[in-house]
Amino acid sequence: MTIAFPEPDESVLARREAIRAKLAEIVHPEALIVSEDERRAYETDGLTAYRQMPLAVVLPSSTEEVSAIMRVCHAEGVKVVARGAGTSLAGGAIPQPDAVVLGVAKMARILAVDFDNRTARVEAGITNLAISAAVSHEGFFYAPDPSSQLACTIAGNIAMNSGGAHCLKYGVTVNNVLGVTMVLVDGTVVELGGQHLDAEGLDLLALVVGSEGQLGIVTEATVRILRAAEGARPALLGFPSAEAAGACVADIIGEGLLPVALEYMDKVAIEITEGFAKAGYPLDVEAMLIAEVEGCDADIDEQLRRIVAIAERHGVTTVRVSASEAESAAIWKGRKAAFGATGRISDYICMDGTIPTGQLPLVLRRIDEIVRREGLRCANVFHAGDGNLHPLILFDINKPGAMEKAERAGEHILKLCVEVGGCLTGEHGVGIEKRDLMTYQFNRADLHQQMRVRAAFDPGWLLNPAKVFPLQGRIAA
Amino acid sequence: MTALLEPASEADACAEVADAIAARAPLDLRGRGTKAGVGRPGQAARTLSSARLSGITLYEPAELVIAARAGTPLAEIEATLASRNQALTFEPPDWRALLGTTDEQTIGGITAGNLSGPRRIAAGAARDSLIGARFVNGRGEAIKSGGRVMKNVTGLDLARLLAGSWGTLGFVTEVTFKVLPRPERTTTLVLHGLDGAAAATAMAKALSSPYEVTGAAHLPAGPHGPSRTCLRLEGFAFSVDYRTGELQRLFRREASEVVDGEIAAALWREVRDVTPLAEPGDAVWRISTVPTRGHGVAEAIARQAPARWFSDWGGGLVWLACPAEGDAGASLVRQALREAGGHATLVRAPHAIRAAVDVFHPQSAPLRLLGERVKGALDPHGLFSPGRMHPGA
Ligand SMILES: Cc1cc2nc3c(=O)[nH]c(=O)nc-3n(C[C@H](O)[C@H](O)[C@H](O)COP(=O)(O)OP(=O)(O)OC[C@H]3O[C@@H](n4cnc5c(N)ncnc54)[C@H](O)[C@@H]3O)c2cc1C
Repeated sequence: MTIAFPEPDESVLARREAIRAKLAEIVHPEALIVSEDERRAYETDGLTAYRQMPLAVVLPSSTEEVSAIMRVCHAEGVKVVARGAGTSLAGGAIPQPDAVVLGVAKMARILAVDFDNRTARVEAGITNLAISAAVSHEGFFYAPDPSSQLACTIAGNIAMNSGGAHCLKYGVTVNNVLGVTMVLVDGTVVELGGQHLDAEGLDLLALVVGSEGQLGIVTEATVRILRAAEGARPALLGFPSAEAAGACVADIIGEGLLPVALEYMDKVAIEITEGFAKAGYPLDVEAMLIAEVEGCDADIDEQLRRIVAIAERHGVTTVRVSASEAESAAIWKGRKAAFGATGRISDYICMDGTIPTGQLPLVLRRIDEIVRREGLRCANVFHAGDGNLHPLILFDINKPGAMEKAERAGEHILKLCVEVGGCLTGEHGVGIEKRDLMTYQFNRADLHQQMRVRAAFDPGWLLNPAKVFPLQGRIAA
Repeated sequence: MTALLEPASEADACAEVADAIAARAPLDLRGRGTKAGVGRPGQAARTLSSARLSGITLYEPAELVIAARAGTPLAEIEATLASRNQALTFEPPDWRALLGTTDEQTIGGITAGNLSGPRRIAAGAARDSLIGARFVNGRGEAIKSGGRVMKNVTGLDLARLLAGSWGTLGFVTEVTFKVLPRPERTTTLVLHGLDGAAAATAMAKALSSPYEVTGAAHLPAGPHGPSRTCLRLEGFAFSVDYRTGELQRLFRREASEVVDGEIAAALWREVRDVTPLAEPGDAVWRISTVPTRGHGVAEAIARQAPARWFSDWGGGLVWLACPAEGDAGASLVRQALREAGGHATLVRAPHAIRAAVDVFHPQSAPLRLLGERVKGALDPHGLFSPGRMHPGA
């Protein structure tokens, strides 16, 4: 345990029962969770090494209930940690002993679908995949597709500005959300954006996306839905070196091809995945790319032909071009299983830094050195087109000191990302995980400015306050 | 005549702001002033300009990223990108003819206005491809937000907040954008003679097709002839040819023609630059609403006032000209939007009208309050472009 939590507010802990009683007046009895057993399910999120028992968990069913809950918590000075599905890998949804968890999972309805205007209005607790499922009969989909899309909510996606494998073409959450209903810390309900494009005044919506539950509770959203391309097919490309794969990525993009997805896996990741998913990945390569393109059949063929020609210039040794849906599924099978497969053989922490893609070979070499120095192994799986790395640092949690080593390696890797011109997190968010590293990327004035903007929404630091900003040196105005 | 301050470096800009704090002297912020006439009239005795903060600071074609100081002429950025067959994704418009200005547009000005052209419906707004910015806040501090990589969720996204803030939150000194390959081929299917409602339906149908329409605009009938509904396709030649055929098939019942090359390019420049309404005289509104309701909004206004209009963004962006008298149609425009949803900005009007009516859309009380608090967080002394977006803020 190397990440600290703030000391709980004793006065709040002392009023625990009174606070719970006030919440009980707002929601149905089954929507208020106070027993220790049941609260335990909310102790952590995807960053399971850290756990904190919340004071209570409320699962409201409407914006009005959320507003009432916020009014009570605001009046009582109680912290509130918003929660979707709890899949955050950055510890963004981990609570605190003196905080109420406000989960939106019960608010999961589709409110309206408007195909002519290509939008869907949803409650914030709906899962990412359920949005696509609700519009797929007309050939539409919601574009950002985090690997966790079966479980994670649009609320969590908005809070983290989540991305996915296909964001090279379609962008991330911020590019696909048109409006939200948000409850402010004092219970006021505001509408940001709507079913039209662009903000009417200051673009507060752009600020709210990616704000990690610190500015308000999102209860509804209007998202863009898109008509899917006629078809999509990937090619799998195996290379004898990381450098060759990296150079191939640069040339694909440099020549104006824009695959919808361009994913990278290194040898360790391929081996781990193959052992589990048996996707038929080449075991004799150092690095592998999956490039997926879209369009009509002829269009796909031509784009893949160009991509393979570029790969050949870089000494590609394995080429598998999908010609059917079954072959496409086989190519994606391993990549989609990569995190799960890794979890079966080892404990791991997943890093999420982004680097300028030109730095890829250098960074991969340095990551290898960093991890070796701690006596650990690392599997690299990432979105190559945009430089968003996901080194999975493998360790054995039962070995004393191993987790600290993994965290130390992770910290060095993230510093490296910043050093070469990138950033600490490309899509998972800061949460608690990268909170104390913020000073590597931002100087004091930068952080103060962000905190002042934060305070414009939440002057008392009640909303998810243990996250994003280092605990020392916080300011409210 | 107001005093014009033109710092040559970010550090100088910080010093100018520090001076302004000490003197309690507000500053109107601008690039080269081609859009200085947008918004409520300036109230500051001094103008802080980024004109001398010029030059591309980073361009990595293989990483699809370009960074430039705020005062860099847009034309320089576009030419540099074009030399490597790339372009800004959001097709920045040129409002100089509309606004009667002639100087160079700067990339900082485009950013501060969050100005996007027809491709906005497919590729997002300026703010969507803005991946980083540096600016001087109202404390005189140089602040960085975002960076040079496409995916970045580290901390609060102040860069995107600055986009569209029209100089009211910070003095932008440098911006970084994601760019895209320039399309190899552009074609446009023009449907003839559709009325507003039929055009809205056609544009919705085209945008809901899998053919990746990157522009959908409707130019109603006028003295020049019958209406035109324009649907644009861009990309590799082999792909555009195929999709053009498919789109024609989709609209085989309509009278149509395919245009390409310079004719298509000129057509989209006109839409982008508001050319149909640019000749001096009328007041001009920029209305953003739900796409299928755009023509209804325009027609409702036109029934009560001598208005001319056309639409872009699949019908969701309505450009509307009204006589520059009285409130320049403000109450009609606001009324129409109360039902349809969306917002309107009075982009061009004489000084006196802009001083008297809300140029930007009036907001609900909680949103206005929130906006004021955010402004206070960035510009605590209320120095930057006071009153430009909303009275007193
Ligand atoms: C196996 C796996 C794969 C993943 N793959 C990806 C990936 O490909 N791309 C990617 O980007 N992420 C990925 N993630 C990370 C995670 O799924 C995303 O961050 C996701 O958006 C979190 O959604 P959630 O509903 O689980 O939110 P939670 O984990 O519950 O919460 C996340 C954050 O959102 C805030 N929040 C929740 N609800 C609200 C609300 N209503 N209002 C305001 N704030 C709120 C929380 O306070 C917290 O800070 C992955 C995670 C796992 C476990």
